[in-house]
Amino acid sequence: MQPFFRGAWAVAARNLRVWRTMALASVLGNFGEPILYLLAMGFGLGRVVPPLDGMTYAEFIAPGLVVSTVMYTATFEMTYGSYTRMAEQGVWDAILATPVTPTELCMGELIYAGVKAGVGAVAVLLVVAAFGLVQSPLAVFVLPLGFVAGVLFASMALAVTTVSKSYEAFNYYFTLVVAPMFLFSGIFFPLEGSPRWLKLFAQVLPLTHVVQVSRACLRGTFDGTAAVHVAVVLAMTCGGVALAAAGARRRLNH
Amino acid sequence: MNDPNMNDPNVVIAAESLGKSYGALTAVAGINFRIHRGECFGFLGPNGAGKTSTMRMMQAVMAPTSGTLRVLGLDVAREGKAVRQRIGVCPQTDNLDVDLRVRENLLVYASYYGLSRSERERRADELLVFADLEAKANARVPELSGGMKRRLTIARALVNRPEVLLLDEPTTGLDPQARQQLWQKLRELKESGVTMVLSTHYMEEAERLCDRLVIMDHGKILTEGTPRALVESHVGREVATPSQVRPAGLEDVFLHLTGRGLDA
Ligand SMILES: Nc1ncnc2c1ncn2[C@@H]1O[C@H](COP(=O)(O)OP(=O)(O)OP(=O)(O)O)[C@@H](O)[C@H]1O
Ligand SMILES: [Mg+2]
Repeated sequence: MQPFFRGAWAVAARNLRVWRTMALASVLGNFGEPILYLLAMGFGLGRVVPPLDGMTYAEFIAPGLVVSTVMYTATFEMTYGSYTRMAEQGVWDAILATPVTPTELCMGELIYAGVKAGVGAVAVLLVVAAFGLVQSPLAVFVLPLGFVAGVLFASMALAVTTVSKSYEAFNYYFTLVVAPMFLFSGIFFPLEGSPRWLKLFAQVLPLTHVVQVSRACLRGTFDGTAAVHVAVVLAMTCGGVALAAAGARRRLNH
Repeated sequence: MNDPNMNDPNVVIAAESLGKSYGALTAVAGINFRIHRGECFGFLGPNGAGKTSTMRMMQAVMAPTSGTLRVLGLDVAREGKAVRQRIGVCPQTDNLDVDLRVRENLLVYASYYGLSRSERERRADELLVFADLEAKANARVPELSGGMKRRLTIARALVNRPEVLLLDEPTTGLDPQARQQLWQKLRELKESGVTMVLSTHYMEEAERLCDRLVIMDHGKILTEGTPRALVESHVGREVATPSQVRPAGLEDVFLHLTGRGLDA
C-alpha cells in the first residue's frame, strides 16, 4: 500500500475497531430510524396516498430512506464523533504526533464514515427488501452508492467540524442543512410537478441526486438521467473531500 | 549563522535562533541549543517558560515562527513527517485513546507508524512488560492510576523504536513513589542508548536524569551546562539559609539568575 493510504487506513481502522466493539449495541440506534419512517409514512400515510409513477407510497419512499441513513450516519459520525476525537479526547493530537499528516487523518475519518454509512445503507436495504419493496437486483449497487455518498456527507460535516469551536455549531448544521435536505430531496414527494423554486432548490442539495440514483437502483430503471446523477454525486464528493482536507490542514496547524 | 557543526552526526537536535510567537505573545524568543546522541538533555523552567512550545516544535507538530530547527538532520518545518517517523513523544497531558483498551493503545499506535501486523503484536507485548502493565493488558484506560497512564504513554512513545524520545514533564502530577518508579524506567531507557529530551520544573528530576540542561524563563535560555557545573559556577557548593548550611541545588541557580523561586 502507498504510504499515504497506509496512514489514512490506520486512522480508519482505529475508528472501525472502536465501532466494532460496540457494533451490536449501536446498529439499532444507528439505523433504526428510517424503519420507523417506513412504517409510519409508507404503511400509515401511504394508505391515503394514490400510486406515484406506478409505485405504492411505501415503494416510492423506500429508496430515499435507504440513503437518508447514509446522510445521518455520516453526518453524526463526522460532527459529534469527530469533534469528540479532535477536541475532547485528544485522539487526533496523539495521531498527529506520529507520521500521519492532517490530510491523511482527514481521509481516514472519511473512509471510516463511508464504510459505516455503506453498512447502514445495506442494513436498511435488507429491511426494505423484507417488506418486498425492492424490485431489481441492481439494488446491490446501494453498497458502493452508500460508501461514496457517505464520504460526500462526511466531508461536508467534517468541513463544518474543522471550523467549530464547540458542539453548538452542530445544532445549526442539523437544523439548517441536514433537516432541509431530508425533507426536500425528493424522498417523500416527487420533485416533478413541484413549484419551480423547490425544484431549483432541490438540485443544489447533494441528497437529491443520491436519492435519484438509489431509486433507479431499487426499481431497476438505471438510465442516462441516473448516470448524470451519479456524475453529480461523484463531482460533489470530490469537492467535499477537498474542502474537508483544506479545513483539517488549517485547523490542525500544519 | 552557518555553522559546520550543523552536519555533525553526533548532534541529534540543533536549534538556531529558534522562535515561536502566538500572535503578539512571544513564547520562545530566539534560542540556540544542541543535543547530542545518547545524552539526556533537559529544559528546566517555571510555568509559561516556553518548554512545551519548544518541545512541540521539536516534535514537528508545530512550525517555528523564526529560526531553524533540525532534528536528526531534518528540517522540522519541511520534513516533519520524516522526523515524526523516527522520534517518540510523551506529551504533557495524557492523550491515551480512551476508546481502546491498554494493549490496543499500543497496537493501534504502532499502526500509525506503518508497522506490520506481527511487528505490532511483538512490540505491544514487549512494551507491556517494559511498562509493568501485563496484568492490565485488557483494562480500560480510565481504570489506570496516574502512574500507570504515564508508563503506558511512555511505552506508546516507544512503539516505533525511536532514536529520540521527547518527554514533556513526564512526572508532573505523580506521587513521589510513582515518580521514583518512572525515573527508574527512564534510566533504563537511557542505558539502552536512546537520546532523551525532557522538560521539567522539578530540579530534583533534572539533577537525577539529565546529563546537560538549559534553564529557561520567559522564552529565553538563561544558562546551560551539566547540573553540577551550573550549581558550582552560579552559587558554589553550599548555600547558607537562616537556619542551616545545605548543599546547593538547581533551585538556587534559578534563584540566583532570576531573583525568584522556580515555583513562583
Ligand atoms: N496555543 C497557544 N496559544 C497562545 N498562547 C500560548 C499557546 N500555547 C502556549 N502559549 C503561551 O506561551 C507561553 C509559553 O507556554 P508553554 O506552554 O510553552 O510554557 P511551559 O514552559 O510549557 O509551561 P508549563 O510549565 O505551564 O507547561 C505562555 O505564556 C503560554 O500562555
Ligand atoms: Mg508545558
